[in-house]
Amino acid sequence: MSAAYALSDCWTMTRRELAHWARQPVAVLVGLVFPVMMLLMFGYLVGGGRAVEGEYVDFLVPGMLTLTMVFGLEGTMTAVTRDLEKGVVDRFRSMPMTDGAVLVGRATADMLQSAAGLLVMVGVGYAMGWSAQGGPAAFAGALGLLLLLRFAMLWIGIHLALVAGKPELVQAVQILVWPVGFLSNAFAAPESMPGWLGTVVEWNPMSATATAVRDLFGNPGGEPGWVTAAVLWPLALLAVFFPLAVRRFRRLGR
Amino acid sequence: MSVGGDAILMEGVRKRYGDKPALDGLDLAVRRGTVHGLLGPNGAGKTTTVRVLATLLRHDEGLVRVAGHDVRKEAARVRRRIGLLGQHAALDEELGGRQNLEMFGRLFHLGARGAGQRADALLERFGLTDTGRKPVKRYSGGMRRRLDLAASLITDPEVLFLDEPTTGLDPRGRGEVWEAVRSLVDGGTTVLLTTQYLEEADRLADRISVVDGGRVVAEGTPGELKSRAGRDRIDVVVRDAARLDEAVRALPFRPAETDVDRDRRLISAPVRDRMATLAEVVRALEAAGIEAEDVALRRPTLDEAFLRLTDRTEVAA
Repeated sequence: MSAAYALSDCWTMTRRELAHWARQPVAVLVGLVFPVMMLLMFGYLVGGGRAVEGEYVDFLVPGMLTLTMVFGLEGTMTAVTRDLEKGVVDRFRSMPMTDGAVLVGRATADMLQSAAGLLVMVGVGYAMGWSAQGGPAAFAGALGLLLLLRFAMLWIGIHLALVAGKPELVQAVQILVWPVGFLSNAFAAPESMPGWLGTVVEWNPMSATATAVRDLFGNPGGEPGWVTAAVLWPLALLAVFFPLAVRRFRRLGR
Repeated sequence: MSVGGDAILMEGVRKRYGDKPALDGLDLAVRRGTVHGLLGPNGAGKTTTVRVLATLLRHDEGLVRVAGHDVRKEAARVRRRIGLLGQHAALDEELGGRQNLEMFGRLFHLGARGAGQRADALLERFGLTDTGRKPVKRYSGGMRRRLDLAASLITDPEVLFLDEPTTGLDPRGRGEVWEAVRSLVDGGTTVLLTTQYLEEADRLADRISVVDGGRVVAEGTPGELKSRAGRDRIDVVVRDAARLDEAVRALPFRPAETDVDRDRRLISAPVRDRMATLAEVVRALEAAGIEAEDVALRRPTLDEAFLRLTDRTEVAA
């Protein structure tokens, strides 16, 4: 019975997030448009000068998809922080509902939004002349790796929001996420960077996902053998931040 | 102390925030089916008490039982039996009234249909039926409070916590909340009500605990507290400021109970027997040859009673 309750609680909390979307379609739309804007900017305005073998758009799109997954962190943080500021979390916590349901609702909604975002970006990518040559299974695998990265970022975001609990920290993270996102191979190959920077970039978990995804899409910049790293990095992050976030939520009242 | 008859029991409860004690050995017992007022100034520990009772905050020391269950060890059982109306609306501001109630109903596991029916019943009971899809953030203060109260009554709780339920409401909104609380109590709910207004506690509560500095400093029925803290008073205004101290010595008041206001040349003291004291005062002034500008008997204000109860402990401590 309690497993059924847990499922029902998680579904109720997911419905709550979906109801928020229905209330604010414009905000949802802006969330989808922003990464598309970035893609167009880098594709047409900045991209021309990048030293990459093959078409830059083929290099850029997988990188941009990866970056979008990482930037999802801010959205999650903002939403959790905003929730905590309001009294409604007190009501949830004083009710006999499943402990983690509030967080699961957030996670499900964010994953749905990210999946929708990915599809939009893929569509725009195709319109820009991007093409994937890896076949449908590899294509699905690539999307899976991207969503796995997003899932890890999600729980980092929830944890950071619970630790900080203040909008000021969200701003700090919103700024910091840029250098972290750019210290990757999303826009440029590490070989084109100074030696030490290239090393940092190669060790960025985001780069593992980008490289593996490029490989699966059959795009330039991909290298075989990175899929394992692209699975293990997010799993490692999850192993740390998922329990931390849940624990933090339980301990809100101490 | 009879555990069986108490809906709320707190014994020697302590809670610190860093170095600052918020609850400093608080004791509280509330019998089932009664309204208990928790009265005290800002920062006295009222909200901390409610948050500990509602399982939102873990206390450091002491025993806390709600509806017969330990809040730390049996939090889930406690949560099934309580309703909470906090100081700030605990509602999803983006959603409409019905959406909110339905969501909370689902979380109490009433099922989709049950939650919907319960939401409609509560909306009707609190006069919110025609709010439609309007988001809560566009509600008036009174409407929001009513919806918040409705949300805390989803499952007809055994114990209801109301943390300053009328703060920030206009007199009409206040009256509406009082009305709702009274009808709940008729239904057998135990209510713990925190308030800064003695009038509110006086109107609603069967018993009152006056809280200050994280401890209960006085407890009793509203009548008992008023007679203890707020006896009738006599005010004497002396014409010549220079003779104020002389007048204080001449008057038959206990020094510890006497207030002297030099700016207004006013001496004020509690009275047991109104007419006898009045006569005594007039005689004493005459005998000392001190001219009074005014001598008046008056009832204490409720605020005075409250201030005296909380003041006295500071002197004692």
